[in-house]
Amino acid sequence: MKTRKLENWVLGIGSLLAAAIWVFPLYWAFITSIRTEERVVSEGAGVIPDEFNLSSYLAAIFDTKLLTWYWNSIGTSVIITLVVIVSGMMCAYAISQMRFPGRRLLYGVVLASFMVPSQALVVTQFILMNDMGLINTWAGIILPQLIVPVVIIVYKQFFDAVPKEMREAVVLDGGGDYTLLFKIYLPLNWGITTALAIITFISAWNQFFWPFLVITTENQMTIPVGITQVNDAFGVYYARLMSVALLGAMPVAIAYLVFQKKVTEAVMISSGVKG
Amino acid sequence: MAMITNRRREVAVAMTLIAPFVLTFVLVFLYPTIRMIELSFTDAPLIGTGEWVGLANFKRLLTDNLFYTSLKNNGYFVLLTVVPTTALALAIAMMITRLKGPLQALILALFFLPYILPVSVVTQIWTWMLDFQFGVLQPVFAFFTGKPVPVFKNPYWVMPTVATVTIWWTNGFNVLLFIAGLRNISSDYYEAAALDGATRWQLFTKVTWPLLWPVTALVLTLQLILQLKIFDQIYLLSSGGPFNSSYVLLLMVYREAFQLNHGGYASAIALVLFVLIVVVSVLQFQLLRAGGNKQ
Repeated sequence: MKTRKLENWVLGIGSLLAAAIWVFPLYWAFITSIRTEERVVSEGAGVIPDEFNLSSYLAAIFDTKLLTWYWNSIGTSVIITLVVIVSGMMCAYAISQMRFPGRRLLYGVVLASFMVPSQALVVTQFILMNDMGLINTWAGIILPQLIVPVVIIVYKQFFDAVPKEMREAVVLDGGGDYTLLFKIYLPLNWGITTALAIITFISAWNQFFWPFLVITTENQMTIPVGITQVNDAFGVYYARLMSVALLGAMPVAIAYLVFQKKVTEAVMISSGVKG
Repeated sequence: MAMITNRRREVAVAMTLIAPFVLTFVLVFLYPTIRMIELSFTDAPLIGTGEWVGLANFKRLLTDNLFYTSLKNNGYFVLLTVVPTTALALAIAMMITRLKGPLQALILALFFLPYILPVSVVTQIWTWMLDFQFGVLQPVFAFFTGKPVPVFKNPYWVMPTVATVTIWWTNGFNVLLFIAGLRNISSDYYEAAALDGATRWQLFTKVTWPLLWPVTALVLTLQLILQLKIFDQIYLLSSGGPFNSSYVLLLMVYREAFQLNHGGYASAIALVLFVLIVVVSVLQFQLLRAGGNKQ
């Protein structure tokens, strides 16, 4: 029994130490960001915080287009999340609960598109956006990100599991499929809806490759793309670079810390290891 | 009669429900896929039309040294990331599942945190950590090699370093999958094995490892596909250099299309990458299913 207790202590301290090493890069970025530029590159600027200087944060906010990039990131990510969830839910409901020609084919396509690498399509997607005049617009950022097959797959599994008796009361009252979806199937699955919405939002927020291609003007950039511009603007001013990076990461980091349980649940469900 | 109108109405309602997804899918997925195949047989620039050139782009690809370099680097990157991240994630997950209460939640959160960061935040932080002059990790390099190393400008260090950064960034996802897998193993197995006097190592090799295999296979294959599509980190950390030693297929697509204005040739490379990933995905799907049937 005593060895058991000792072992738990060793395990606890060991894991804390391992986790501390793991998040050290974030700690180091933070320490750098609250130092003055002179201190950052001076001899003996160690790992212990010795300055609390917010001037680089002020420079990050006022000398870059960070606030514009926030707005673009929030706007596009919110629209992507809403459209992906609503269209995915509707499509999944039809596949799960209705009979129509092409139903099996449609589900096959959804499952197959899961395997298609959208990164390989960027050249022709770019040409398409250019033909539609959507380069450097929100619509250009948003459109190719609206296909998230996993949302349909997860919703279908959950809709399949709703007991058929739930339908009958609504059907007897003369309610149609839209009533069923929004009055029965959606309220029963609020948990999974918020989980899917959170991971869709985080993944849209973090998207780099596509917004990087479709946006060329600083005023239309999203956070992940805009951050990379700061190097050119600031040069090697590391305190400011770290301030910009940390401010850029803040919204999703906060979202994660607040909705931690939901996020882990969503990741597990959408990769199929937990149903 | 009523039955038929009901049936018709059901089909009509179903069509309105699936329309948003289907229309978007056709516009931004199906059409670009067809266009990509079409363009790969032409000499079109990025914007504008070109002439039909048959298989010329593919013939050129087969004699393009950069293509083989990229292919080799993609393979090297897969080797450097897939198995190491899987093994590391399994070890971390086994450690976390043995912790209890708030400590468990805290440790899991710390290991998962990097995964939710945008890639450019990750690369900015690591560029600073590994800065040749002022990087906090340079003393470590100096300790092992005798002098600081400009890692992203060194052909030997660049890929292992990008791989390390990638593992740091994405490992939390794999840890989560393993934790879910470990939780799904009933404690009955462990109790029965413990009653039989099994050692720790035997518990792992005879109980944990076989029962966890479906999750391990899932992690391995998800990682394989993900790492084949590497672009962001390479572009942001080393831009494919030095001397093309970190050049990869998707970077080649990007350069040809967006910097050299070769829409046709870029489409041909993209098509090869597309087929490569779809083949790997289908193979892994079949393998997973075969593995699932055995149990």
